[in-house]
Amino acid sequence: MTTTVPEDVLLQQFDAVIARNDRIEPRDWMPEGYRKTLVRQVAQHAHSEIIGMQPEGNWLTRAPSLRRKAILLAKVQDEAGHGLYLYSATETLGVSRGELTEMLIEGRQKYSSIFNYPTLSFADVGTIGWLVDGAAICNQVPLCRTSYGPYGRAMIRICKEESFHQRQGYELLMTMMRGTDEQRAMVQESVDRFWWPALMMFGPPDADSPNTAQSMAWGIKRNTNDDLRQRFVDMTVPQAEALGVTLPDPELRWNEERGAHDFGQPDWDEFMQVVQGNGPCNRQRIAHRRRAHEDGAWVRDAATAFAARGTS
Amino acid sequence: MSEWPLYEVFVRGKRGLNHVHVGSLHAADDAMALHNARDVYTRRNEGVSIWVVRADAIAASSPDEKDPLFAPAGDKVYRHPTFYSIPDDVPHM
Repeated sequence: MTTTVPEDVLLQQFDAVIARNDRIEPRDWMPEGYRKTLVRQVAQHAHSEIIGMQPEGNWLTRAPSLRRKAILLAKVQDEAGHGLYLYSATETLGVSRGELTEMLIEGRQKYSSIFNYPTLSFADVGTIGWLVDGAAICNQVPLCRTSYGPYGRAMIRICKEESFHQRQGYELLMTMMRGTDEQRAMVQESVDRFWWPALMMFGPPDADSPNTAQSMAWGIKRNTNDDLRQRFVDMTVPQAEALGVTLPDPELRWNEERGAHDFGQPDWDEFMQVVQGNGPCNRQRIAHRRRAHEDGAWVRDAATAFAARGTS
Repeated sequence: MSEWPLYEVFVRGKRGLNHVHVGSLHAADDAMALHNARDVYTRRNEGVSIWVVRADAIAASSPDEKDPLFAPAGDKVYRHPTFYSIPDDVPHM
């Protein structure tokens, strides 16, 4: 029963599915641009989870207590799991896992710029949970309704787990804020360093985000970068007050008229530099990922050889 | 080196429920697929039982023939209880 359906009819069917807010599933026909955009976005998201293990993994052996170590280990393991959910979703679009890994370590696909910043103190573990995972949640909750089924389902799983990440971070910072002056200063210093990079996580301002309109028309993205950034700032300000830290933005203030906070712009030149590979840790992150992949080759080969012997 | 085969993962959330497809993973063999499925898909007690099956062993209907395949069910409204009108005062029906 192979009938050739003309492409304009297929496109009409695809548009109709999008228009009634239904989901596109892996074996459906889809425009090449839709597929490419998804591969780019979901792969970038997957790579971010995988690279994101490094800044926090940096503190695993130096966590100050067994409790903090167990929590951090669980969190880093979750990030690996999130990467795997998203790689699986990307593979349904016809890209293999091997190709995805290659594209990451050869720098042909990107990951979130935030993971190119170093974790200089243990307070950074808390700040990443609070601000970085908080920003990720803002980004990810609307993506649970994205038009591509496997991506949306991966996001639902991820969002369920992400709440633990944010809460453990905030609790860690609260504990430090109840400590000594030195510990409070560590928290403030960490927040000062991560605030602007966290705001950059939503991507460039809408006016400089050429793909947003098409991605929203396709239902891949549900909100613009600036909308999500605003939402994040409004959510975070009272959390900062409760914690007793200041956010390092002299322009940050409540705007009664808009019913939202006004705030300053991150340094977008810095953002572009980091995206282009010139952030503080870009080379280190990729070199580490490449080394882990290459050092693991013999394990993959051995498992393949064992499987071949066992099943024949 | 060729990639490990793709497995689809199904998890029974608790006794009394069906296994439900939760995602996929790569593994060298069935035993590794089960172990990886436990680590990737049941880190928070999401399941009491896991099935893994190689993706290439699944036969699936094609989306292109969706309409003809499911057409036979389309015009058989008499298969639904709401097709039959029963007076409101007849109890338990």
